Parts: sequence; C-alpha cells; structure tokens
Amino acid sequence: MIRVVLPTNLKVLARLEGEVELEVEGAATQRAVLDALEARYPMLAGTIRDHVTRKRRPFIRFFACEEDLSNESPDTPLPEAVASGREPYLIVGAMAGG
Amino acid sequence: MSSVRLLVGTKKGAFILTSDGKRENWKVDGPLFAGWEIYHMKGSAADPNRIYASQSSGWFGQVIQRSNDGGKTWEPVGNKFAYEGEVGTHLWYDGTQHPWEFKRIWHLEPSLGDPDTVYAGAEDAALFRSKDGGQNWEELPGLRAAKGHLWQPGAGGMGLHTILLDPSDSDRIYIAISAAGAFRTDDGGKTWVPINQGLKSPFEIPDPDAEVGHCVHRIAMHPSRPDVLFMQKHWDVLRSDNAGGMWNEVSGDLPTDFGFPIDVHAHEPETIYVVPIKSDSEHYPPEGKLRVYRSKSGGNEWEPLAKGLPQSDCYVNVLRDAMAVDNLDSCGVYFGTTGGQVYGSSNGGDSWAPIVRDLPKVLSVEVQTLA
Repeated sequence: MIRVVLPTNLKVLARLEGEVELEVEGAATQRAVLDALEARYPMLAGTIRDHVTRKRRPFIRFFACEEDLSNESPDTPLPEAVASGREPYLIVGAMAGG
Repeated sequence: MSSVRLLVGTKKGAFILTSDGKRENWKVDGPLFAGWEIYHMKGSAADPNRIYASQSSGWFGQVIQRSNDGGKTWEPVGNKFAYEGEVGTHLWYDGTQHPWEFKRIWHLEPSLGDPDTVYAGAEDAALFRSKDGGQNWEELPGLRAAKGHLWQPGAGGMGLHTILLDPSDSDRIYIAISAAGAFRTDDGGKTWVPINQGLKSPFEIPDPDAEVGHCVHRIAMHPSRPDVLFMQKHWDVLRSDNAGGMWNEVSGDLPTDFGFPIDVHAHEPETIYVVPIKSDSEHYPPEGKLRVYRSKSGGNEWEPLAKGLPQSDCYVNVLRDAMAVDNLDSCGVYFGTTGGQVYGSSNGGDSWAPIVRDLPKVLSVEVQTLA
C-alpha cells in the first residue's frame, strides 16, 4: 500500500480528505502510482501530468523521504519506505515565488 | 416572476449573483472553485440549468466543470484538449515558428439548441467542441488552417476569446483570436475564412492589407441581425454589415477608442456599449472616471453613462468577457472590473449600482434571464 498526499486544490477537485491509499501492481514506480491515482480519480487526469505527453506539469513537484523526485525517471522504483507505506509520496504545487 | 443569474468568473474562483426581475437586491454565492482562475462560465440557452465553467491554474492546468442544476452542484467533466493531427506551428514573438501548446480555455459557448453541445476557445488558439456535455472534446482543425502559421501571440497570449453562433444558420460561426483576428465558418466549422478586411492596425502590423494579425478584443452581435457585427479592436470600434466581409470604423466621438468589451442592447440592435480605456499601456478609464459609453445609432455618436459609477480616482479595467446584457423588458447591463466590482444597470445603462464591490479580479460576466 502506497500513501499519497495531494495539494489542497486537487483534494477539493477529487472530493477527498486526508491521504490516498493505493495498491500498485508490479514495481512501485512514480508512473505506476500516478496511473493508479488517475484510475481511481479520473478528474485528476491532466492536472498532474500532461494528457498527451504524460510528463509532469511544470509547477508540480514530487517529494518523498525528504528527497525531490521530480526529475527522476518515472520508471525508477520508489524508495522502499514509500513502497511499503511507511513514508508518503507527496505531490505538491511548486513555490510561486514573488 | 422573472429573475436573473449572473455568472462571474474571477482570478480566484467563481461567484453566482442572483436577483428577482427588479434587480435591486442581490444574493451572492461563492466562491466556487476557490483559488482557481475561472476564465468563463456560461449557461445553455436550451437548458438554463446546464452551466459550463472553465477552471484553470498555472499549477494544475485545465478543468471543465458542469452543473445540471443551475450552479448548485458541479461535476468535473473532460479536460483533454488535444490538437488534431500534426500539432503544427505558429509565429512566435521572435519571428520563428513555435509549436502549438495548450494552455487554457478562455471561453465556453453552449450550442443554442442542444445543452450537450458546447464550444470551447483555447489558448494557444483553437476551437474545440463537445457533443456529450463536456466529457469529450474534439478540435475543429480547419480554423488553424486559415493561415495559422502566421498567427502570433500578443502580450496576453494567443487566446480564442469570442465565439458567436448565428441563431439563423447553425453552420455559421464567428470567432475572434488575440492577436490573429476574426474568422468565420459557413459550413459548421470545417473551413474558415479570415474576416479582417477594413481593420487598420498600423502600429501593430505594417502591412495595411494583412489578412491576419489584427488584435481583435471582442465581437458582439444582436441575435435578430446576425449579419451585423460590432467589434472592439485593440484600438478602434468598428462595425460590419455584411457578416464580417468589410469593417468600418465607428469610434466617432469616443474619448478614446481603446477598450476590451463591446455588447449590444437586448431589444435595440443599434444600441451598443463599450468601456473606453485610456491606452494600450494605461489600462484604466480616462481621467480616473469609470464611464460606459452607449451609442443608439450603431456607432459614431456616443454618450457617456456615468450615473452611479465612480467619477474620481478610478483606475480599474474591464476585460473583454466581463460585460453582459439580460433580456428583461428593461434591458439590464452588467460588467465586472479588475478591481473586483460588479456593476449593474436595470435601465439600459442610464444609471448603475454596484452589486458587489470586493471580489477578486473579475475575468468574465455572463447573465441568464430566467422565467
């Protein structure tokens, strides 16, 4: 079981509170987690990754275990602590600056 | 008794303002979709309970929301706007060619007869259509074939902001793009022609005969005369009496002919409204006085409408999609400002009153006249 934390705007859009708990088949990668997330919450498709290119939207970041995984390959296995559910996988909106 | 429902899109959410036909006391609901930019909301003429909203964010992209109960509840529908076929390129700021990239939906225009059919104007400019209530979207790619490689974004982006459906001919649609110009289809969107003859933009494009590249800010039409169009261009107010075949300037005695919105009185096809703005760099009313200008002669002769509007120290703007008219016997006129005020007039513009004063920056205003 993988725990996913969403930014507030996307929690409102998906009408959920708290964390999302996902079962991922096969290797626990960022791509597999995001595929499972979008399958359960179709309204999130296009808000985290581009519909066509499947790339991360520019102002979205992926964090886990105090590391920024945003620019890692989407097919790299997630840290064991995330794959086992001890640590959450964080989807966050990038800093706005200003 | 009749009532009206204003659909107000802002920089940080949507608001719904309702009143009975007197339009004196208003109920304010919102913010809906708090924190998101709501570029536009519009209800279906065929089913006023069906409303579409364009919700977007620099972080999370585009969402389309749909209501089936007049805005009480909403559900996200399809948000996949994929350009048809080879994506192609358009002119970029530096003169090179640049691939089309979807950014957001600026304007939603429900079909006049079918609540499930709705058109969407995109940035980068393209026209999309859904026939299933917004679940699935398809591009009408013939539009970009109308010299799309020569279209170039202005400072505000290359957005398709105006969609006018001809009530007498379902195959005829007018659209306008910043900063490509106006276009018309007579075959339901398969093929398009630029309709920019007569526009003069010497400070923006050197070629006086340029077919595309004009910075059209808004087009308006009265449903009883769909061949007569009114345009607020970057500079100049114009009209066409032949479906866009030729445009003639009707700025007349306006204090400045720069502005964004233009609209037509519900019952008087020659009565039109604009909000003059000082200049292309000073986006606020001349002299700090917020005045709507009305022409009852289809242009050229204009009168200021200032009663009830701030006449000192006012430096707001009124954006292109932020003006609307209702259909009540005494025509209501409404507009929203970048300062968050929404003003209404229940007497065709003779006098105005603020409906709400402190919303986020208003991006769009639409009105529904309800039985």
